[in-house]
Amino acid sequence: MTQVIVQAPSSESFEPNKSSDKGKWREYFSFSTDHKVIGIQYLVTTFFFYLIGGALASVIRAELATPDSDLVPPELYNGLFTIHGTVMIFLWIVPAVTGGFGNYLIPLMIGARDMAFPKLNAAAFWLIPPAGVLLISSFFYGPSSTGWTAYPPLSILTDQRVGQAVWIASIIILGTSSILAAVNFVVTILSMRMPGMGMFDMPLFCWSVLSASGLVLIATPVLAGAMILLGFDLLAGTAFFNPTGGGNPVVYQHLFWFYSHPAVYVMILPVFGIISEVLPVHSRKPIFGYKAIAYSSVIICVLGLVVWAHHMFTSGTPNWLRMFFMIATLLVAVPTGIKVFSWIATLWGGKLRLESPLLFAIGFISMFVVGGLSGVMLGSVPIDIHLHDTYFIVAHFHYVLFGGSVFGIYAGIYHWFPKMTGKMLNEFWGKVHFFLTFVGFNLCFLPMHLLGLQGMPRRVAQYDPQFASINVICTIGAFLLAISTFPFLFNAIFSWIRGEKATDNPWNGLTLEWTTSSPPIVENWHGDPVRRTGPYDYGMGLQDTEQPLAPTH
Amino acid sequence: MQGVITDSTPNIALAEASHAHHEHPDHRVFGLIVFLCSEGMLFLGLFAAYLTFRAVSTEWPPAGTPELEVMLPAINTIILLSSSFVIHQADHAIKKDDIKAVRWWFLLTFIMGATFLAGQVYEYQHLSFGLTSNLFASTFYVLTGFHGFHVFVGLTLITIMLIKSFQKGAFLGGKHYGIEAASIYWHFVDIIWVVLFLMLYIL
Repeated sequence: MTQVIVQAPSSESFEPNKSSDKGKWREYFSFSTDHKVIGIQYLVTTFFFYLIGGALASVIRAELATPDSDLVPPELYNGLFTIHGTVMIFLWIVPAVTGGFGNYLIPLMIGARDMAFPKLNAAAFWLIPPAGVLLISSFFYGPSSTGWTAYPPLSILTDQRVGQAVWIASIIILGTSSILAAVNFVVTILSMRMPGMGMFDMPLFCWSVLSASGLVLIATPVLAGAMILLGFDLLAGTAFFNPTGGGNPVVYQHLFWFYSHPAVYVMILPVFGIISEVLPVHSRKPIFGYKAIAYSSVIICVLGLVVWAHHMFTSGTPNWLRMFFMIATLLVAVPTGIKVFSWIATLWGGKLRLESPLLFAIGFISMFVVGGLSGVMLGSVPIDIHLHDTYFIVAHFHYVLFGGSVFGIYAGIYHWFPKMTGKMLNEFWGKVHFFLTFVGFNLCFLPMHLLGLQGMPRRVAQYDPQFASINVICTIGAFLLAISTFPFLFNAIFSWIRGEKATDNPWNGLTLEWTTSSPPIVENWHGDPVRRTGPYDYGMGLQDTEQPLAPTH
Repeated sequence: MQGVITDSTPNIALAEASHAHHEHPDHRVFGLIVFLCSEGMLFLGLFAAYLTFRAVSTEWPPAGTPELEVMLPAINTIILLSSSFVIHQADHAIKKDDIKAVRWWFLLTFIMGATFLAGQVYEYQHLSFGLTSNLFASTFYVLTGFHGFHVFVGLTLITIMLIKSFQKGAFLGGKHYGIEAASIYWHFVDIIWVVLFLMLYIL
């Protein structure tokens, strides 16, 4: 079989966007069904919400610079951290890692032309901007002030009834969007792989998105159920969660955490996938333990569903229940540890290309391990009871969500920006971005462990003056973190407009997305994609072999 | 590199072959089933909430809740359950491209579903407790109401398919996803009802 790589279109219909290159930006504001457009729509939109969430965080930290409540009124402070948490989780990390990277990369990685349901895909995306606007607009009439968990009876008896109702509505809309996206991912990954590509020939990112989508499908509807019941309590006067009417608030906590614990795996699994892609390319070595990493994603998905009550060790849960959830929680460390060791083994002895994508990936591993270890500490009942609702918790989840997910997202952006835009990012400003972020992040969140151990409670605008000096360090770190976003933002915007042109495969990657043009054409490839090597066969001398791995027809 | 890279000479044969190749295969039934599994989790969450309320309360239903009439809902259950077999006949018929039979089976399913909904409304009107009477009443109305809404969606789907079946050539030649989807959804609504009925009325 002679192998033919067709790089030129044979007819006009093969490159529909060629003639309209000038007005291409308009596409990003339209109901486009191209998975690449939708992926970029997700990433840009969610990054915008990230900036808003970050601005809220800056106000929070400015308030906490002094022990007194002097910058904003305490009620507004409650609204600030509630909306900050909700925006960061539901409008930034969840949609960015699944909708953003998933949509852009999955079809390219499995050699498909598009997602299984392109229109549904677009619909799922277009639910997000209105929900986000709805949520943030609640600042004009009093935002939800219950924290992102919206625990009843606080959330039922709140003064901010409208804000709370709006909060519930936007969570339901965002949940719907995420379920629709997950249906698309599952069907696409399971039934649209190119001919000859088995499950174990897929890049690991696909495994991680598959596992995360499974979690979304199983857990998100339960959150919707909780929201519906909470909405009835708030608006129709029922008493599902109101003890004075015979209801039970702990049932809400179970329903809420049945979603919201798996949600942390929804936020981290795709990022694990990103790291598994970035490391082999930039250390020029095959990934260590492909199957171990693939299976561990699935195991995390399963275990992730049976650990939710570790958020409720102080809610009067019986001892036998605590014991079960403690053991299950500690077990999660096993598949996670397998991944971390596999990544380190991948780096070991590699020809490391220490540029921004790899810097952020290594930053991810080290920061995530810190967050993972404090997670193991919090998983054990006695420590958790001591540290519950202190700044130790805040430190822990920022290490996994920022040090983990956000570092991973940045690694992914630096890695795939050339593919997505056809332009290279400026490496110098990338490094500046990394070091500012790394220093700012640790300055902000590392001291919070100490604050928590000393007993500073979270979610309160005022605190004991003995914590003042450490809080000043945290605030300086937070401002540094806010500043660190600007080099990235300007780098991304200027590079996108007039950056150095990127080649089709600037990193010499082996996964399929690097076999098409940068940015890829509509429908991704002229002719059919051809797989010549496995996704991670770096340094195995296979890159130049003549035979494709599998027949293309 | 031994492969031939054609940069300017177009390869028309290959282009045409691949054009035919990426004719979109139909994954919609698979997608619908995945979605319904997820939808099922919504009900499962509500069921779990109901059972927990029940398990942790000292008296269930709370004191003063009147006994539920079982006769009418039991008849309703039989009607809804049998409608699943009826709509299944439509599924059979469409595989033989018998659109006329499909119409009749769909119409019959619609009547049975509408009867179920009417029975539900009748029951609501004759109950002596309201949505906020007590915890049992609230769970009762929210669960049955939420299911009733799903029945309504199912009826809407059936109506749309009925109207569409009068378009020329609709659903013929194996392109009957709409019929299939409506009946899969209808089965789903039925299964949920059986669990709901057992939980609320019998258990």
